[in-house]
Amino acid sequence: MSTKSRILVLISAVMLLGVFFFPIWKIDLVAPQYPEGIGLRIWVNQITGYKKFDLRNINGLNHYIGMKTIEPESIPELKIMPYIIAGFILLGLMAAALKNRKIVAAWILLFFIALGIGFYDYYMWEYDYGHNLDPKAAIRVPGLTYQPPLLGSKQLLNMNAQSFPDIGTYIIVLSIMSAVIALYIDKKSSKAIT
Amino acid sequence: MKKKKYLFLIVPALLLSAILYNCSNSNSAGDFSDAASKVYVAPGTHDEFYAFMSGGFSGQVSVYGLPSGRLFKVISVFSQNPETGYGYSEETKPMLNTSFGFVPWDDAHHPVLSKTNGEQDGKWLFINGNNTPRVARIDLTTFETVETIEIPNSAGNHGSPFVTENTEYVVASTRFSVPVPQKDVPISSYKENFKGTISYIKVDKNSGDMNLAFQIVVPGFNYDIAHSGKGPSHDWSFFTSYNSERANTLLEVNASQNDKDFIAAVNWKLAEKYAAEGKGKKMSAEYYDNNYDEGAHKAISKKMNEALVLDPKECPGIIYYIPTPKSPHGVDVDPSGEYIVAGGKLASVIPVHSFSKMIKAIENKEFAGDVDGIPILKYESVVAGEVQNPGLGPLHTEFDGNGYAYTSAFLSSEIVKWKLGTWEVVDRVPTYYSIGHLMIPGGDSRKPWGKYVVALNKITKDRYLPTGPEVTQSAQLFDISGDKMKLLLDFPTVGEPHYAQAIPADLLEKNSKRIYELEKNKNPYALKGEKEALVERKGNEVHVYLSTTRSHFKPDNIEGIKVGDKVFFHVTNLEQDWDIPHGFAIKGANNSELLVMPGQTKTIVWNPQKEGIYPFYCTDFCSALHQEMQGYVRVSSSGSNTKLLFN
Repeated sequence: MSTKSRILVLISAVMLLGVFFFPIWKIDLVAPQYPEGIGLRIWVNQITGYKKFDLRNINGLNHYIGMKTIEPESIPELKIMPYIIAGFILLGLMAAALKNRKIVAAWILLFFIALGIGFYDYYMWEYDYGHNLDPKAAIRVPGLTYQPPLLGSKQLLNMNAQSFPDIGTYIIVLSIMSAVIALYIDKKSSKAIT
Repeated sequence: MKKKKYLFLIVPALLLSAILYNCSNSNSAGDFSDAASKVYVAPGTHDEFYAFMSGGFSGQVSVYGLPSGRLFKVISVFSQNPETGYGYSEETKPMLNTSFGFVPWDDAHHPVLSKTNGEQDGKWLFINGNNTPRVARIDLTTFETVETIEIPNSAGNHGSPFVTENTEYVVASTRFSVPVPQKDVPISSYKENFKGTISYIKVDKNSGDMNLAFQIVVPGFNYDIAHSGKGPSHDWSFFTSYNSERANTLLEVNASQNDKDFIAAVNWKLAEKYAAEGKGKKMSAEYYDNNYDEGAHKAISKKMNEALVLDPKECPGIIYYIPTPKSPHGVDVDPSGEYIVAGGKLASVIPVHSFSKMIKAIENKEFAGDVDGIPILKYESVVAGEVQNPGLGPLHTEFDGNGYAYTSAFLSSEIVKWKLGTWEVVDRVPTYYSIGHLMIPGGDSRKPWGKYVVALNKITKDRYLPTGPEVTQSAQLFDISGDKMKLLLDFPTVGEPHYAQAIPADLLEKNSKRIYELEKNKNPYALKGEKEALVERKGNEVHVYLSTTRSHFKPDNIEGIKVGDKVFFHVTNLEQDWDIPHGFAIKGANNSELLVMPGQTKTIVWNPQKEGIYPFYCTDFCSALHQEMQGYVRVSSSGSNTKLLFN
């Protein structure tokens, strides 16, 4: 593997450290009563509010529609995800150290699989929160569920739920792109030599 | 014939045009074509200034926006407010304690913003209680009163609470001289027994906590208004006085005899030094200092027993009298700190004293006698100039920072603009009617924002739709950005605004709190979550730890209360969301309701007197299910065995 490629793979791996410092996804609720904004930030290891008490306030609002309380401590994925990211960082470093193209390819493949599982899992949580409602809730609109969109926006009563990737996800995308480029350049240069 | 016919027409035509002309002027309307756009603050946008206006006889402070004249809040200070429970809740009742007992009202005159280097710093607002001598401090992050301190050896705390340049001190002076210490004497012994006091209240730089540092006993005049120096005059404060005749009856005549009364110039820095050196005398004096702890959401009263009193005879150099024409009222120090402007209620000129001349006159001992050992400086040695033809009854002066002064004239009902240094009047504009104080944002500081002047008028009459014999008080906003003052807006005010101060919105807006953090709530009866909700009996006292959150109380059914019980409702608002207060009201309460801010705890006492079921409910429309936010209390006979239950 060429030096350029190795450096790119190294960048891919190190860059992933940033995922621990930025949220990966955001759900903002836009409503006339919240000019100051209200929303959630999903990190690899926690869920926080856009502002200090937003999670508490969103849970407060959700009780009217009978949605379960969002308790980050009781979501096991938030405990597992940091290890998965750490694993990818280690694997990436290993690929760069061993100059092994195959590991890089496997790394990319595994990453796509992990992302796929991640999105599916995230969707299932959203589905559960949105559909599994207390039948005695104060507000019950027949046929209406409150599942926020996986990506994009959706009107839920007076709230427009807007779900979009945050910085963490952009870092992951850049990391994968960097690894793909590394592989591509390496292929080219090895072809040029032969 | 034809000509004659036309001539006949000319007369009615002239009459008609005269009437029309008269109509168009009868409201003194003038040309307001561009005024509307200057005071229009578009929906959803903010005003440029906060204005704090005293409530006068309402005892409160009201908060307005300028230039719109919109009212935002009435801050409870010296008067009880059943809307919020201020002065009724167990936590706030101590704020109104005095050595005369619980005094739930006052006459609030002069809001004064704290300053650093003579410029507004946006930390606190002080205001005096004129009746039962007090000074209050308001926190400008919560817009709530956090301290009230009583002034002993005083009656009528009018000349207060003007701060020194770095808010080292807040001053107080007695409008009514009384025996010091108080005693039972014939009123006719006024000249012999009655004294005034000038007090300095130390303000802690960080916490704002006020403590009475020292009092100076002065001759028994009526001390009126004050201002402290700045820059070169940093060490000094100036107090106007009238009734140098020392009359004790029919003052309107008997206190208007002397050609000149006095401005008392007090060297507080020197007084501070004397006090530190032990030149003062500790005098027994009962007064209260009440502090509201915003962390515990709770006030505590401290009874004080002593005051440090300085006698000018034993402390030479701390006070001088500057003769000033005809019962002076306002005394204002220009932004440079050099000029001291006096407003003589009955004077025909505005005398402007010079600080540097005063210092020289003191050095050269240019005295014209003394009053009880206090040297009187020679008028000619101190005066810098006189503003001629300044309007009738000049009262107060503020400054625009561009070399001009603006003086209110009560009798001629106008604002007079004049130039510092040349003393010439450059503009005048009528006010409607009978202006008292006037205010330029920062107009008494080193850094005025000379864009507007607000007239605080004493008489309103026909300016608004009539509301019976009692009509609103009125303020008027003028644009002073050009050479000519221009009337922009009339707006009604709460109570009687004596003085007011304004500050640029961006100095306060960013610090304004949205909620109280529940985690930091140190009230002994606070709940941190609804699982902690509880009802507890201790003898005939029942404590209800009640939580509120959208849209329910916890507990909301309470049984086992008996006639004769003293029930404490400790209401905690668990919300941590902006602008979600909850109210608490129970049927037949003899005191008040409560309005509890997010994260706050308030307690109201209820004495049920008859058996039955009593509903309680939320009085602040909090949510779509606000009407559902209610509960019941069952009250049984005093001897009943009804078990204490709650859920």
